[in-house]
Amino acid sequence: MSFLSPHGNKSVEATKQKVQGVALGFKRLITPRCCSREKYTEAAYLVYNTRLKAVKVCDGSELQNRFGVFKHSDWIGKPFGSRVLSNKGGFVYLLAPTPELWTLVLSHRTQILYIADISFVVSYLEIIPGCVVLESGTGSGSLTTSLARAVAPSGHVYTFDFHEQRAASAREDFGRIGLSSFVTVGIRDIQGEGFPDEFCGAADSVFLDLPQPWLAIPSAGNVLKQDGILCSFSPCIEQVQRSCESLRTHFTDIRTFEVLLRTYEVREGRMNCGGDNEGASPGSRPSKRRLPSSSEGSNRKETKGGSVMARPCGETRGLWCLMTKERVKAGDIHQKEVVLGLGVNVKNMILLDLVVVEI
Amino acid sequence: MSESKPQNPRITWEGCSVLLDINDGDRLVFARLSPSSTIKIGNKKCCLSPLIGCPFGSLFQVETGLKGPYLLRLSATEAAESDHLKEKDDSQPSEGTKDNRSLIDNNKAQSLSSEDIDAMRREGATGDQIIEALIANSSTFEKKTLFSQEKYRLRKQKKYAPRVLLRRPFARSICEAYFKKHPARIGFMRVDALSLLLSLANVSAYSDALVVDMVGGVVTGSVAERLGGTGHVCNTYFGVTPYPMDIVRIFNFNDQICGRIMQTPVADLCSNQENKNELFISHENASSLEIQPDADERSLLTTCILSDDAILEVQSVQEEISSDSLVKSGSISETFLSSGNGTLDHMDVDTCSTESLDVINEENASPVLKTCKSVKPGRRASPEAIKLWKENGFTSLIIAAPDLDTWKIVEELLPLLSYSAPFAIYHQYLQPLATCLHNLQTAKMAVGLQISEPWLREYQVLPCRTHPFMQMSAFGGYILSGVRICSNKTSHQS
Repeated sequence: MSFLSPHGNKSVEATKQKVQGVALGFKRLITPRCCSREKYTEAAYLVYNTRLKAVKVCDGSELQNRFGVFKHSDWIGKPFGSRVLSNKGGFVYLLAPTPELWTLVLSHRTQILYIADISFVVSYLEIIPGCVVLESGTGSGSLTTSLARAVAPSGHVYTFDFHEQRAASAREDFGRIGLSSFVTVGIRDIQGEGFPDEFCGAADSVFLDLPQPWLAIPSAGNVLKQDGILCSFSPCIEQVQRSCESLRTHFTDIRTFEVLLRTYEVREGRMNCGGDNEGASPGSRPSKRRLPSSSEGSNRKETKGGSVMARPCGETRGLWCLMTKERVKAGDIHQKEVVLGLGVNVKNMILLDLVVVEI
Repeated sequence: MSESKPQNPRITWEGCSVLLDINDGDRLVFARLSPSSTIKIGNKKCCLSPLIGCPFGSLFQVETGLKGPYLLRLSATEAAESDHLKEKDDSQPSEGTKDNRSLIDNNKAQSLSSEDIDAMRREGATGDQIIEALIANSSTFEKKTLFSQEKYRLRKQKKYAPRVLLRRPFARSICEAYFKKHPARIGFMRVDALSLLLSLANVSAYSDALVVDMVGGVVTGSVAERLGGTGHVCNTYFGVTPYPMDIVRIFNFNDQICGRIMQTPVADLCSNQENKNELFISHENASSLEIQPDADERSLLTTCILSDDAILEVQSVQEEISSDSLVKSGSISETFLSSGNGTLDHMDVDTCSTESLDVINEENASPVLKTCKSVKPGRRASPEAIKLWKENGFTSLIIAAPDLDTWKIVEELLPLLSYSAPFAIYHQYLQPLATCLHNLQTAKMAVGLQISEPWLREYQVLPCRTHPFMQMSAFGGYILSGVRICSNKTSHQS
């Protein structure tokens, strides 16, 4: 539950005694205030490697990184969002986990979906609390956590993967982040066998991320409720094309989308009209000043009269996501939906050294 | 009136709000189903009563009967057949055998005159029969490629046998419909931007979400949809007049969900932040007696103006109105009037005459039937709720206020969030968000700051004809997101 309402009454109380569940540590640029000049240099270098990490908090454990040694015992009792110090004066922030942060730190057993696709899929699948959602394959579980968040507290996500070890790891992850009561991981080859018969007519929405989604589409039609929605996510246009052909015999309202997310970097720069662009003014050295928008800007605080500027991040690439929507013909008219997509790595994500905490 | 009774949300009922998709997205109309509501399609006025009790996703075709045009529900097989027709064409795309070199645009290809068609109609021909006749009498139809034959058929079908698809009004479909028809009313927020806001702000069941919604209520409604009757949406506003949130009424929310949507001025949330203990309690308790009936009364007054059916309820409320709140009634009616235009705006959809169908109509202020529920969305938050929020902080913050200074709002509202709570801010323009991000960084109020811009393109995927749609929305807005952290300045929370 910490995932769902990390700041609700219970969690807040819990954090007063012990940090419970998962905390994300956010390594940040060390400011000159809290360490020596040399360290500052080192830290400045690390800005580019700002990382998030999931850490399991146990009394007696330690987190070690280049900022020093962090004792978990120092964290226990602090609210999420706190800054904690290491023995060397470095610091990390302890963040409560959300599906968005989890997506950034989970271990990639497969290519995963990122925030732009995830949010779009959850919206298009019209998932609200109480829904029953079927997913295949589970993969690394990046989407599953968001699906679980959307169906809680009364709904359920049944996710299937044919890879036994992957399914087991995903199950372990969901347990770790407190989602076990909303997610059931099954081992099954959905392309080959289809969804289990017991789900016939039971699903509000189905999500497919399979190499040959068209093989699973007839089964998806069976498990969906009337007016249910199917999304299929595929990386290649040929897969999308073939899926759409198959969908046309079972579904209606087929729509296909491509989704991308462009991120922007913001910096304070000085618009020079000649003269003093030497040395001290950090704004005059754009190569050093180029910070990802997530990084700290404290070392620029002395810049006066600069203007804040934004531009798209050069490396940002989004994901190709094709999405399709439809209605079933057989029996009553159903409405279903499909997302098909092309996955590309997003390079520009802020990588964090993540930390998870357990009592 | 008792819409709260359990019913299948996938089947329409009398008084339910629906989205009508006419001719495959050509026109999108929000309507409220009642025995008397009508819709005008082309020059035909059809009664919406056949839609009551049908499952969402049903397809209807306009047919002309003895008593005039009516909506006929197409059975699954009929719908399938017409689709199948298309599919046969699709399955054997013959490329390059025909082209349009011999087509001459001289308006002589069609030998049927409009008089002939009118005559067919008088004789009771169905839309499909007229289409077949048009095709038979078209001298160029056979010369067309299969693809353009299909296009021709579709065009004629839209004119002579229009179809209406019955859709569930969901955050997604509502946002899409508004974006298509009246983007300015939702601050040009595209559906992918809305989805991102909800995700980035970690909105889920049991959230206590703080929302500044100056986009007609689409954000408030979408958040409430994700809460599913748990947690709270606190729709907050600066000044004394709540922002209109009429779009919330298009969602078919039950009492439980409506009861979770609160409206509270920022001043109430921010008051006594430093000395929240005694001062807060005494002040709030004193005013609670006034505030509560005030809010109820206001919403019921709204109802009574909107609906004759509500008279009974209004009377009962008038008995409850204490002298205290009567004193306030001046300001109440003022509030109502100022938001009144917005309120009436699209609640008249059920009358569905002509223009009124196009998503929203401005002027038509006809009475609404069956919209009064026992719980109205947007009650004033109770002092207990406010106290709870002050103690625990909100779990999410979403701002969609194109007309206010973004940084000023954030500066004021961010401290109301609990630590480690995420926030997401929407804006049409980049600069206010860039400034805000910079200020948040400098003040060390948040981490994980990022400005992102969603990009969305829809594709036509058909055999041999896959391509992006020609028209795409070039712009869906910007989103600044981040996570509030515990900074020294605002360390009043323990």
